[in-house]
Amino acid sequence: MLNKIKNIRLSMERREALAGYLFCLPFILGFIFMVLYPFVQSIIFSLNRLEIKPDGYELVFIRLENYYRALFVNAEFPRILVETVLRMFSFVPLVLTFSFFAAILLNQKFKGRLLARLIFFLPVILGAEIVQRIEMSDYMTLLQSMDTSSDYGLTSILSMSSLSEFLLMLKLPQGLLLYIIQGVSRVSEVIRASGIQILIFLAGLQSIPASLYEAADVEGATGWENFWMITLPLLSPLILTNVVYTIVDFFISVSNPMIDFLQTNAFGGAGYGVAMAMSWIYFLVVGIILVVTIRIISKTVFYME
Amino acid sequence: MKMINSSWFKAHRLKSITWSFVRTLVILGVSFVILRPVLTKLSSSLMIERDLFDSTVRWIPKHFTLENYKAMFVHMRYPSAFLNSALFSLVIAGLQLASCTMVWYGLARFRFKGSGLLFGMVILTLLIPPQIISLPLYLNFRFFTLWGLLPKPGINLLGSYWPFILMALTATGLKNGLFIYIMRQTFRGMPRALEEAANVDGAGRFRTFLTIMTPGAIPSMVTCFLFSFVWQWNDYYFVTLYMSGRNLLSQTLDVAAHNYAHTLGMQFTTQYISLLNNAGMMLFILPLLILYGVLQRYFIESIERTGIVG
Repeated sequence: MLNKIKNIRLSMERREALAGYLFCLPFILGFIFMVLYPFVQSIIFSLNRLEIKPDGYELVFIRLENYYRALFVNAEFPRILVETVLRMFSFVPLVLTFSFFAAILLNQKFKGRLLARLIFFLPVILGAEIVQRIEMSDYMTLLQSMDTSSDYGLTSILSMSSLSEFLLMLKLPQGLLLYIIQGVSRVSEVIRASGIQILIFLAGLQSIPASLYEAADVEGATGWENFWMITLPLLSPLILTNVVYTIVDFFISVSNPMIDFLQTNAFGGAGYGVAMAMSWIYFLVVGIILVVTIRIISKTVFYME
Repeated sequence: MKMINSSWFKAHRLKSITWSFVRTLVILGVSFVILRPVLTKLSSSLMIERDLFDSTVRWIPKHFTLENYKAMFVHMRYPSAFLNSALFSLVIAGLQLASCTMVWYGLARFRFKGSGLLFGMVILTLLIPPQIISLPLYLNFRFFTLWGLLPKPGINLLGSYWPFILMALTATGLKNGLFIYIMRQTFRGMPRALEEAANVDGAGRFRTFLTIMTPGAIPSMVTCFLFSFVWQWNDYYFVTLYMSGRNLLSQTLDVAAHNYAHTLGMQFTTQYISLLNNAGMMLFILPLLILYGVLQRYFIESIERTGIVG
């Protein structure tokens, strides 16, 4: 009798598991065929020379030559790689800090909160790659035209804020001027890259039970103490999530010069195999950075349960 | 006692007034930074070239014109490209929604061996740079053999919707890992009694899912659908990689200004091209702005309410 009940339970469990697999089947198939398979292929490609023919492609095994080429023959790849990583280290903390405080601001009650939220999330909607591309090329032509034309063209094309006009008035050296203008455009880059992160922090803020703050108020805690003792610790798991998201988003975003570089090299330039090797080096670097940061941050993360 | 109280209130009020002042300032500043690119696009798209060089013109064009829009409307082949983009994004977003909803349900409601592993796989799809995957996939779609089932050399799927349909169906489309990751909790809060009742009444698992459970998940689903629609609309990288030559809006926008110059047999100045491009970009983002304005509730509030975190 007992055995029979056990059997039924087992089969129930098995059926439950089967249903679970079935519901996840789209993703399981997708992972195997659309992610894992090409993932393995990319390793193979990076170890081969690839020749595309009308009825397929041919691989010639050349061991690590592509990697050697990427790192030691190609003049640009190592430089772009180092630059990208350095830019990431300055960029991610900015995005994180901004989105954290933006979320706290947007969580407060004030008039026009809905409008403010609408505007803050607008970059998520308007982050079209093609728009960024065109803007960037406009920006580049602007920078090029600066050497030749008068400064009067500069102000009008960008129709920049009074800041740059002020800077032009000061007759600063052009290098410094460029640096400041780029810095200012960095601010907008940070703000525009923060949409999803704000959303995640905001959702986290709203999941903090109000009773905690009420209890703290009764005990006479100040807003400062509330922030350090309640808000920050309870949001810390989301800080981890957002750090990961921001790093990944930075590395795969189209405004990142590396992505363009890899694509132009895959179809021409250094060649498909070398581009694959470059992608792998890039991926490994990104992976190491991610693992290290996750290790460091997860030590300080606080979980309520 | 009364004295202390009133002074305390005064200080408190002063503090809150200062704070709301600072807050307003910060919000206005950030909003300006976000809106400025849109506003400059709007204003310069309405200018003629001479206005760009006129230093008295900053925001409001002196010679107001719609010519840039007219030209771009024609050379972006706007009506047909718009329909193409809209239809394409709708279909792909719909398929992505169907597959992602199933995966949410599977991950949230069933205990099975390897569900942790499965979740790790979702994270992995988020972390792998798309270039690593997309370049081999490009070759797979060029010589598509259904992973060895069809005879070589296979079918050329490039230039058709099929690469996108296949990826959407298998929940590996654009940012689908993100949808699964942040919305996997969607079904967790719903009462199990509902499912059990449906089961007792003889409904199968899939029917229970479809008729009993999904209605409760509609806010999350709408949000997911909208985001995948918008991201598909905005996509340029994958569309040019797998489907170059189809007239989607992001593709026609890319070449419209140059096509225009080409048909006239003229060389445009970079300034004029930037005016045209500004008009084109406005035409490109306008449908999204309207969508966002009308459905803002679903873009913002529902994400908070459905508790994407946990």
